[in-house]
Amino acid sequence: MEKTALFNYILGIADNNLILGQGLGELCGHGPNLETDIALTNIALDLFGQTRSYYQYAAKLSAIHKTEDDVAYLRKEREYKNVLLVEQPNTHFGYVIARQYLFDVFNYLFVEKLQHSKDETLSAIAKKAIKEVSYHKRFSGDWVKRLGDGTEESNQKMQEAIDGLWQYTNELFEMTEADEIALKAGIGVNLSELKEAYYKEVSEVLKEATLTIPENPYFQKGGKQGIHTEHMGYILADLQYMQRTYPNMTW
Amino acid sequence: MTLIHEPKIEACLRDILQTVSDPEIPVLSVLDLGVIREAIEEDGVVKIKVTPTYSGCPAMDVIADDLKAAFSKVGKIVEVDLVLSPAWSTDWISEEGLKKMEAYGIARPLSETKDKDALLGNEKLVKCPQCGSTNTQLVSQFGSTACKALFKCDDCQEPFDYFKCLK
Repeated sequence: MEKTALFNYILGIADNNLILGQGLGELCGHGPNLETDIALTNIALDLFGQTRSYYQYAAKLSAIHKTEDDVAYLRKEREYKNVLLVEQPNTHFGYVIARQYLFDVFNYLFVEKLQHSKDETLSAIAKKAIKEVSYHKRFSGDWVKRLGDGTEESNQKMQEAIDGLWQYTNELFEMTEADEIALKAGIGVNLSELKEAYYKEVSEVLKEATLTIPENPYFQKGGKQGIHTEHMGYILADLQYMQRTYPNMTW
Repeated sequence: MTLIHEPKIEACLRDILQTVSDPEIPVLSVLDLGVIREAIEEDGVVKIKVTPTYSGCPAMDVIADDLKAAFSKVGKIVEVDLVLSPAWSTDWISEEGLKKMEAYGIARPLSETKDKDALLGNEKLVKCPQCGSTNTQLVSQFGSTACKALFKCDDCQEPFDYFKCLK
């Protein structure tokens, strides 16, 4: 597979982890209690760890971005390929959990397939990641059920969160040009094939959580093409602050 | 444990490797933990392959630095390489390591199925490292580090970490 296409393919995977991890990292010290605070930051750490592996690989393929940090910090908003779902802001705990769960189910199905990639590095990262992601999914899924099937207030907040985020789920399965090229090369995952399993699994959990499955006639997309929601700028302002203010600084 | 996962470590390097510990669980050496996948000396350079327990494990950078420091004391240069595949498993922690871990106050990982039952709260299986009781309960699926879950003993009332099974 040609280098630029592979570079783009890797970013399409890794940017999701980076941006979601950044959102979760913001909650460090602000979780509703100590246990969930630690859990969310632990998940962030796993996501960053996976992202580092992806970016290190991407940096080897790029003529412009020499290190993993260059890839993470020195791109413009339009160059980030994450889905809109992961850049939605932290509001209440139920919303954070809903965002996490809707991503975790996808991420699990995705890395499960990526393990069989013909690309040895991607396959190795996926084999490592699947163990971690299965744990994330268990955590977020448990909380969806607890909050959905909890008090009247927690149920209502969880329902609102699911209703608000549902419009971003379909984008997870959109095939970009890089996805198509990678799939043909036996390196990539066929995202559209994951769709049925995704909605089936999510629907079952929502049902168990006594939540209503939304019926959206319209889905949002654009993140994969670099067209982001208004929240992305704020995330990048935080994420890139040090490198933009003190270029080339290191710890 | 299958033979494929047996690390290739030169006997003469073992003594020094044994002195390098996991910064998060200082009673465990990197050998006990099973993260050293290869250690060979070639043309005066010690080449070590390390695998992370978890992708984002912050101990990895420290371990790499500690390895370099430990070997530089005996005048050896070290090259550390991070390898991801095959992925680390709790099966790679040595029996000696598991004993040290328990003595240190961390409950050892259960088998994969039992681990799931314990973490889902279906069964009381995790043994309190303080008093030995299995009358324990899960407090949080995530503990002080990504590799541990937080438990509480209902007999001696002490909280403790449980090293999660990873396969």
